[in-house]
Amino acid sequence: MFTQRRNLIFLFFGIVGAIFIGKLFFLQVIDDTYEKAADNNAIRKIIQIPFRGEVYDRFGKLIVYNTPVYDLYMIPRKAVVKDTNHFCRVFRVTKEYFIKTTQRARAYSRVKPSLFLKHLSKEDFASVQDAMVDFPGFFFETNAFRTYQSHSFSNALGYVAEISPTALLDQKDDYYRQGDYVGISGIESFYEETLRGQRGVKYRMVNSNGVEKGDYKNGSLNINPVSGNNLYTSIDLAIQEYADSLMQHKVGSLVAIEPSTGEILAMVSAPSYDASQLTGNNFSKYYQQLALDPMKPLLNRPPSAYYRPGSTFKLVQALVGQQLGFIGPGTVFSHAGAPVKCHGHGPVDLRGAIRVSCNPYFYHAFRKMIYDNTTGDTYERSAKGLQRWADLVANFGFGRKLGVDLGNEKKGILPNVEYYNSVYKGEKMWKFSNIYSISIGEGEIVVSPLKMANLAAIIANRGWYIPPHVVKGIGLQKSIDPFYKTPVKVGVDAKYFNVVIDGMEDAVTHGTVEADGRIPDIKMVGKTGTSQNQKGKDHSIFIAFAPRDNPKIAIAVFVENAGFGGSAAAPIASLVVEKYLKRKVDRKAVETKFMNMNYLPNVYSVTRKKAVPDSTKK
Amino acid sequence: MTDSNHIQGRIDWITVGFYVLFVGMGWLNIYSAVYSPDAPLAFSDSAFYDSNAGKQLVWIGTSFVLIICILVIDFRFFESFALFIYLGLLLLLITVPFLGVTINGSHSWFKFGSVTIQPAEFAKTATALLLAKYLNDPLVNLSKFPFQWKAALIIGIPMLLIIGSNETGSALVFASFLILLYREGLPGVYPALFIGGIVLFVSALLVPAWIILLALVILAGLLVLFMPIYMQRDPKTYLRLSGAIAVIMTLALLVDWVVNNVLKEHQRNRIRVLIDPGFDPRGLGYQVTQSKIAIGSGGFWGKGFLGGTQTKFDFVPEQSTDMVFCTIGEEHGFVGVMLMIICFLGFLWRLMYLADLQRSRFARAYGFGLVGILFFHFLVNIGMTIGLMPIMGIPLPFFSYGGSSLWSFTILLFIFLKLDSHRSDMLSR
Repeated sequence: MFTQRRNLIFLFFGIVGAIFIGKLFFLQVIDDTYEKAADNNAIRKIIQIPFRGEVYDRFGKLIVYNTPVYDLYMIPRKAVVKDTNHFCRVFRVTKEYFIKTTQRARAYSRVKPSLFLKHLSKEDFASVQDAMVDFPGFFFETNAFRTYQSHSFSNALGYVAEISPTALLDQKDDYYRQGDYVGISGIESFYEETLRGQRGVKYRMVNSNGVEKGDYKNGSLNINPVSGNNLYTSIDLAIQEYADSLMQHKVGSLVAIEPSTGEILAMVSAPSYDASQLTGNNFSKYYQQLALDPMKPLLNRPPSAYYRPGSTFKLVQALVGQQLGFIGPGTVFSHAGAPVKCHGHGPVDLRGAIRVSCNPYFYHAFRKMIYDNTTGDTYERSAKGLQRWADLVANFGFGRKLGVDLGNEKKGILPNVEYYNSVYKGEKMWKFSNIYSISIGEGEIVVSPLKMANLAAIIANRGWYIPPHVVKGIGLQKSIDPFYKTPVKVGVDAKYFNVVIDGMEDAVTHGTVEADGRIPDIKMVGKTGTSQNQKGKDHSIFIAFAPRDNPKIAIAVFVENAGFGGSAAAPIASLVVEKYLKRKVDRKAVETKFMNMNYLPNVYSVTRKKAVPDSTKK
Repeated sequence: MTDSNHIQGRIDWITVGFYVLFVGMGWLNIYSAVYSPDAPLAFSDSAFYDSNAGKQLVWIGTSFVLIICILVIDFRFFESFALFIYLGLLLLLITVPFLGVTINGSHSWFKFGSVTIQPAEFAKTATALLLAKYLNDPLVNLSKFPFQWKAALIIGIPMLLIIGSNETGSALVFASFLILLYREGLPGVYPALFIGGIVLFVSALLVPAWIILLALVILAGLLVLFMPIYMQRDPKTYLRLSGAIAVIMTLALLVDWVVNNVLKEHQRNRIRVLIDPGFDPRGLGYQVTQSKIAIGSGGFWGKGFLGGTQTKFDFVPEQSTDMVFCTIGEEHGFVGVMLMIICFLGFLWRLMYLADLQRSRFARAYGFGLVGILFFHFLVNIGMTIGLMPIMGIPLPFFSYGGSSLWSFTILLFIFLKLDSHRSDMLSR
């Protein structure tokens, strides 16, 4: 009886089973929202920041390193403090702090760790480490601070700070996250990808209370952090610090290069700042102060500042003029017909013209370079002549980047035909009489101190340079981009350098360089420059190399608003050269004088004039 | 009985095989749910026996003792003593509110030392036994009202007592006896009305009243269309149909009233979570949402044994007891749950097949009672983990953690296997 009902009942069971399987198929196979929700539920991604690479000087002295700091965390549910007074004594906190922080941690979560004490030093950490067994529920996590051995190299080193919102949006490979630290300027920025290393990722499983329960998939997805590569710079820290002390109370730059390698030995930007104050909690306050400073301490002047080269540019004119075949060692020009003044001496040859820095000589020489062997009217001849000239001058690195390994190098200006066409709004609107100022390094030509130091190196090498660079080795292999190994020829034959170097030697021994700029036992050759600027007293410039035979150091010094090149820049350069070649300075009086020399009042008068905005008009 | 010594020869080993499979799989899932990769516990570790997996191992061991006891007892005992067992359970159900303890907010447990027992779990077995014994009387004809009423009384008394102790979920299990009664001759209209009532209840919650009315009218129209012509011509037909529609509509409108006024707050919310899965995801919807996340994250092949993250880290409440299906879904994926469902249906089919082989009506009726109870648990338990049923405290037979649950299902099943092993000793009627 009713045996067929078994089949009906089972049909009903089967329908229910089919509905379940259908629903499960939808949940598990078709719809993947649950899978994602599960990952968010149970897997926590933890980013591990590796140690940033360290920076060394050319002798292996540390310049920048990481100081570990220790952050103390507590887990309220596990934290048992039997003797609060003892605890407060060990960690040197007040009882109020203990109570307040503990309460805040409890309010946040009883099972998740909360920050209890920030940035304990290594010494503090060592002193409390043994006592930690008495305090369950407390643990340390290591963090790192960028630490700077010396305050003298800040501008070239750059600094590390939290990534800005715009940089966060602009990044190409999506590496950085909000709150990440990134190199902002100098080599910290240029070598960011080398220094930062490879971030580690850990996937940890958490339970519904947010408590960690071990590695996800036994850690097979984890990526261990890789520390950043160390950088071995060519900086000579002793020279760097010495140069820095000489540039105190001054605004300007000093760049020293080893001519045979293009390695930068010292690079001072004055005034500078204290990079160690830009790490940690003080950043925003100190940064604000630096950014508003009219002296622009954040500007890395050697590769970025704009100056006219002044008379130092006459060296280029002398070389290019010879190479183009318009002047030679015996060429003599009179002062007649030149709109530029001279300093009171008779007609001179090329060597003499460099010694006394004769303006009319180079006016005439440049006129020859522009007009000789060209055809057409004066406008056409000016354009043709200038193009011929500019093509050769550009080889020295003017008007383009040298490729220094610092993020903020500026091109400068080398006025050529297009440049004047745009300034005078059309072709044939200008001729030699409009542009002659550049014959003596004034007018439209703009250079950086780095380019002038490189010029000194080119002359020291008699016709070539290796692109200047700060970093001579990266990582364990101390590898380097072949770009910084390859000599660049400037297109001027070595023979044309003799007369120029002779002139530079004369300039130091009995020319424009004052007595303070002479080193008795070292044959330094150089050229002064006095860069005009509308805003105040002239900038004092000096470029040099030494010793004359087998040069070891090429140097450029710019001191703003300090007057003649021979009086301020040359003595400072001579002191650095002496220190570098002898590792000591015998001329103590000169050293003391220039360390204490203060050119800032001249600068202040300029910045004040500039810094009075007319608030009524805006 | 000369051949009672050869019990192992006549016991249905296929069913026993299913039982061992389910209990073994269940234990592995409980082990996985409590397994911690940080601190795996060894069997030799005493702490292991404080964990759910360890305790379940003890429950499984004691179940084995129970099985031996059941197989040793004379098969006629169950029929003869069915009334005493039933009355004894009723006594326990009556006294539990006074003598029992509260576990997980449910005041329905007896505590003997460290062992806790929920009499409601065993009431099903007792009721099935008494019902089967009642139906064993050849005069009982379930198509007649007085017999229906008496059968309803046997089911209804323990059911009401259980509702009285706030175990609505356990009480609803008694609805599964409809399957037993249907197999034994209850007119098909009763289960049809029961299913129709559930459909009406759910649709009243999900869709507006006018759609139900429209559906009913269309249904009535179709009915008229396929009627014999003489009925179509009879005006009484239309009167009856209109009356039926009116009654159904009144019931449908009553559903809202019942939900809002008769059901308790937590019951109302459980139903609300069912029809609106987004409702209160951090609160009442949490269990359903987390359960679906756990199962859904298993994917096609699952995360592998001990590989589940959701169930292991306590995202799913009651993961070892009522929600053990989540662990299967997460760790063994769609393939695992599909095999499990097919196995369970196969198990039910085997039991029904065995029940129909019985010569005694007692054994057959008991067998269908067993099948009904198991199916009801299967339906509700899996249904609630995948969001098709409201959350009720209904365990998955043999899989879920818990002594009362495992013991009661073991007793329920092995009484039937004992009866089955003696089917040739019984008189056919």
